Amino acid sequence: MQELSRERTPMKKNSTVNIVFLAPCVLTFIMIIIIPFFFGLYYSVTDWNGVSDDVAFVGLKNFRGLVSSPDFIYSFLITIAYTLINIVFINIVSFILSLIVTSKIRRRNFYRSGFFVPYLIGGIVLGYIWQFILNNILVKIGTTYSIAFLQTSFLSKPNTVIWTMAVVNTWQYAGYIMLIFVAAIQGIPSSLMEAANVDGASYFHRVMHILIPMMANAFTISIFLTLTTSFKQFDMNMTLTNGGPATRFMDAPVKASQLLAMNIFNTATANRMAEAQAKAVVLFIALLIVSLIQVSVNKKKEVEM
Amino acid sequence: MKPLRLGKTSINLKPDLLLLELLTILLFLLFMFPFIMVVLNSAKTSREIIFDAIALPASWKQLGVNVGLIFSNPTVDYLGAFIDSIVITVLSLLVISIFSSMAAWILVRNKTLWSTILFMAFVSAMVIPFQVLMYPLVRWMRVIGEFLHFRLLGTVGGIVFAYLGFGSPLSIFIFHGFIKNIPLEIEESATIDGCPKSTIFFRIVFPLLQPIIITVLILNGIWIWNDYLLPLLVLGSNGRVQTIPIAVTAFAGAYLKQWDLILTSTLIAMLPIIVLYIFAQRYIIKGMVEGSIK
Repeated sequence: MQELSRERTPMKKNSTVNIVFLAPCVLTFIMIIIIPFFFGLYYSVTDWNGVSDDVAFVGLKNFRGLVSSPDFIYSFLITIAYTLINIVFINIVSFILSLIVTSKIRRRNFYRSGFFVPYLIGGIVLGYIWQFILNNILVKIGTTYSIAFLQTSFLSKPNTVIWTMAVVNTWQYAGYIMLIFVAAIQGIPSSLMEAANVDGASYFHRVMHILIPMMANAFTISIFLTLTTSFKQFDMNMTLTNGGPATRFMDAPVKASQLLAMNIFNTATANRMAEAQAKAVVLFIALLIVSLIQVSVNKKKEVEM
Repeated sequence: MKPLRLGKTSINLKPDLLLLELLTILLFLLFMFPFIMVVLNSAKTSREIIFDAIALPASWKQLGVNVGLIFSNPTVDYLGAFIDSIVITVLSLLVISIFSSMAAWILVRNKTLWSTILFMAFVSAMVIPFQVLMYPLVRWMRVIGEFLHFRLLGTVGGIVFAYLGFGSPLSIFIFHGFIKNIPLEIEESATIDGCPKSTIFFRIVFPLLQPIIITVLILNGIWIWNDYLLPLLVLGSNGRVQTIPIAVTAFAGAYLKQWDLILTSTLIAMLPIIVLYIFAQRYIIKGMVEGSIK
């Protein structure tokens, strides 16, 4: 390109424009994400306490501590359980919702809009709302109509609290995943459905053998979205349960619904900053593995297509 | 880009439509139940709620009283938080959409090794969870602030700067995908006409981005409006600048179990985004679908 000398001048001018156009995002990216990220990795192998500026390298001491910490192991396991429950709940509910709003019922567009509304509400706000529903409304219904299992709040029992959080999370995300499924359903050529119809395939048959296989890609998107958002869940966890109630794990007292992100937050609030960083690095590695799996799954699909 | 034809195609349903409709109405009410309860109980006094949380309010006038109590509260400056939230969200969306589209355009149109590396860096950074960098970020922002003699912690400028950092990777990614499909010819003919590069972008390319800008605004807008941890860390829980989610937690903390105030504050927090949704529904749904599939 540089063989013509008259082209050189505009090229030079262009490269200044390039730098000016890229600078705001690139500089901000370095300052806000890259530098703090590497500090974050570094602090996980130090004795950083958040107060003193003297930070000493301690090797993998913080990570070794995590392996024997019931509190952390519990949070990690419960986060995995919570994520798996969410994947099942959200996919089933969203799939049913997407079938409803693509059926021929009246006001289907109204329903579609309505089911999406919970997604617009932030985790902080909906955590309080559901705390009220679960602790006050349901208990009130339980006592008024003498329904025994409603009389104690689902949030106060260690064995129901995770399931309850998953229900609330499903309520929030189902409408969003529904939209992804609806887009997938509408991308299926209608001739395919009509052909199956002519062949006399039952509704159930058509859903199982045409719809679901044709939606494989949408299910992949939904599973990975649910996986990453559940793994990083914090806001709703804080305002709905704040980690409670208390329970025991490996002979130690732990908080029954303290997910990983909240565990990190509480560790840091207690000024155990380096330990919190080590936990955050574990979270990062878990998410990294998930993303790598996602990339390879997508690659495989592209090859198949 | 194909416009979404929602509701046009439909699966042929054999089961009884009426039964399905009944089921849908029930499901829909179940979904709306929490909202209905918030509205009902925002119009009650604390005593009424304790007495009967599922009853209809005695008088809807109490809703106005509760809203008044929220906005005139001496401990939590709710109105201030409301205004700050709007200012922070609008400014962040402005810088994110302008700067990300500028960067994405250069990255698409300049096919060099550097632009590929930069683009990959932006994309892969999306894997990093906020938890890894949030505490170092606060410390680092204090350091840069001292160095530049410009406070970044506790200020609108500081948090908008942070939102540009967290919002731009996904936004650049979305713009990148869109700009790739804009034919180069228009820009080329403008170059031949002697049009400077910045003019080409702002006069020719930027207006063409309008549909995807809406997607970027919606994806970032919902997140920033509802975000809690970043404002908590950058602005503090009782700093001069506040956001709505922080004010709501402040209410819940200060008026433990006083559900009349807590619920009314959540109602006010939800209202702007729901009103916006009612008017911009089509765009929001389209934006969410596009954002997720990319």
